[in-house]
Amino acid sequence: MSGAQLFSYGQPGFGIAAALIKIVVFVVIFAMGLASLLTWLERRQSAMMQDRLGPNRANLGRWRAWGLLHFVADALKMVFKEDFIPAKANRFLFTLAPILAIAPPFIVLAIIPFGAPLCWGQMRAAVPPGACVRPVDLQIARLDVGVLFYFAFASLSVYGTTLAGWASHNKWALMGGMRAASQMISYEVTMGMAVLAMFVSYGTLEPGAMVLQQGPAPWQWGIVRGVPHFIAFFLFLVAALAETKRTPFDIPEGESEIVGYFVEYSGLRFGMFYLGEFLEVISSSALMVTIFLGGWQIWGASVLPNWAHVLVSMLVWGGKVFLFCVLQLLVRWTLPRFRADQLMRLGWQRLLPLSIANVVLAACWQMWIR
Amino acid sequence: MATTVRIVSRPEGWKRQSYLWGTLQGLGVTFGHLLRNWPRNLLGRRARSDIATLAYPEEKRPYPPRNRGLHRLMKRADGQVRCVACMMCPTACPAHCISIVSEESEDPRIEKRPRIFQIDELRCVVCGLCVEACPCDAIRMDTGIHAPPSTRRADAILDKEELLSRGEISVAMQAGEGIFWREKR
Repeated sequence: MSGAQLFSYGQPGFGIAAALIKIVVFVVIFAMGLASLLTWLERRQSAMMQDRLGPNRANLGRWRAWGLLHFVADALKMVFKEDFIPAKANRFLFTLAPILAIAPPFIVLAIIPFGAPLCWGQMRAAVPPGACVRPVDLQIARLDVGVLFYFAFASLSVYGTTLAGWASHNKWALMGGMRAASQMISYEVTMGMAVLAMFVSYGTLEPGAMVLQQGPAPWQWGIVRGVPHFIAFFLFLVAALAETKRTPFDIPEGESEIVGYFVEYSGLRFGMFYLGEFLEVISSSALMVTIFLGGWQIWGASVLPNWAHVLVSMLVWGGKVFLFCVLQLLVRWTLPRFRADQLMRLGWQRLLPLSIANVVLAACWQMWIR
Repeated sequence: MATTVRIVSRPEGWKRQSYLWGTLQGLGVTFGHLLRNWPRNLLGRRARSDIATLAYPEEKRPYPPRNRGLHRLMKRADGQVRCVACMMCPTACPAHCISIVSEESEDPRIEKRPRIFQIDELRCVVCGLCVEACPCDAIRMDTGIHAPPSTRRADAILDKEELLSRGEISVAMQAGEGIFWREKR
């Protein structure tokens, strides 16, 4: 087989090249870029919410850009800070923990469809839905287990936090890790149940198919399919906020008052925890947009030439994810923190029964109402 | 004394206990502030916003007119120093930061003038008693300048020339000349 054939449509070379390009565009440029932006936006937005100015002084010469370059300064600071490992820490696990914290939010992005399918060879023509001969899905991995894959890897990040607390050889870090583990495991159940209600409605777990089942118009989105679907969205949102370990669910770290699981970490390893938290915000926002808010679909854009449709759909998708991130920051800077017992009561006694009842309600809705 | 326990009934229904409505109200408040303050990013200081922060080196809050800053020595109408070395200010100074050595004045109408007039800005407590003690309107603290940082202690001691360099001509009455404070200008 010649080189040109290897890279023609349908051949392994084409698939590998397409996957690499998708990973670069989606994970490296979009996710890393947005996560870096969020580290600045979190401080800037919170300042605006509290009538302050916030960080605005990472100038590049005369170019200030509202302090946008603060993330570069932060990254440089973290790279050059001392990388401290406590004397009695377990070096292997201590090194492994931040990797386990930052890798899962990257990996789960693989199943998220982030744009309309590209029609190979028909890019200049307007392609109506379903008429594409050689589609290239803008989704890194098309898995039938889809959302289950998300949960499998999202639950791996519990290991990152717990190991960080345990390997530090610090009692307070260990307790922080235990709090993180109990919280994340509790809320994962609710999260799964919320998606189960949507699964009953969609009949598939594959995110790309879920997006296509929702229409492009806002009244066709998953969130307005019915009452249980809206409840599922709400439950998922609350559980996702808890999964990201941010206020009001930040008892694992408790920035200012209680010592958290990464207290012994410094420099770039701390930076990985920090960035991992924002990546979790992005990946949970991406999943919510995909399941509940119509994903990349945009009303009336399929009359555009295929390349423009793909571009617009990617922008729409990115905009929805960005708005969700802003919403999560808004919640994080509005609500006070729960106590540990309040958190457990909310998770196990309120949200979990509600989510199980919601699954039953969704099933009834599916049988009798539509 | 027996403690009386009064049980306050809290008629909290599910609406209040779920915190849903309260949460939404709170989000509304913070989002309102975010929206109101956001134009500041695009329009700068012209935009109406609730932001209280000043971008300090570029924006400064104007000092009140009676602010006490770095000292200065005032001059007579002919440019001579107004100070007559009467020693009122070093006497009044609680920090003992003013040192004056007097000399005979060349002007026959004036008895004394300072040969050395030094103020140690490191010791100065910026109380303004020297200004109040001065009968000649010779020393003032109205420059609005903070004591500048210095790497050597000697640099923080201001001498006569430096104090006079910020000085201006004062028209207050002195030795029968000038405007009496009670007269209307």
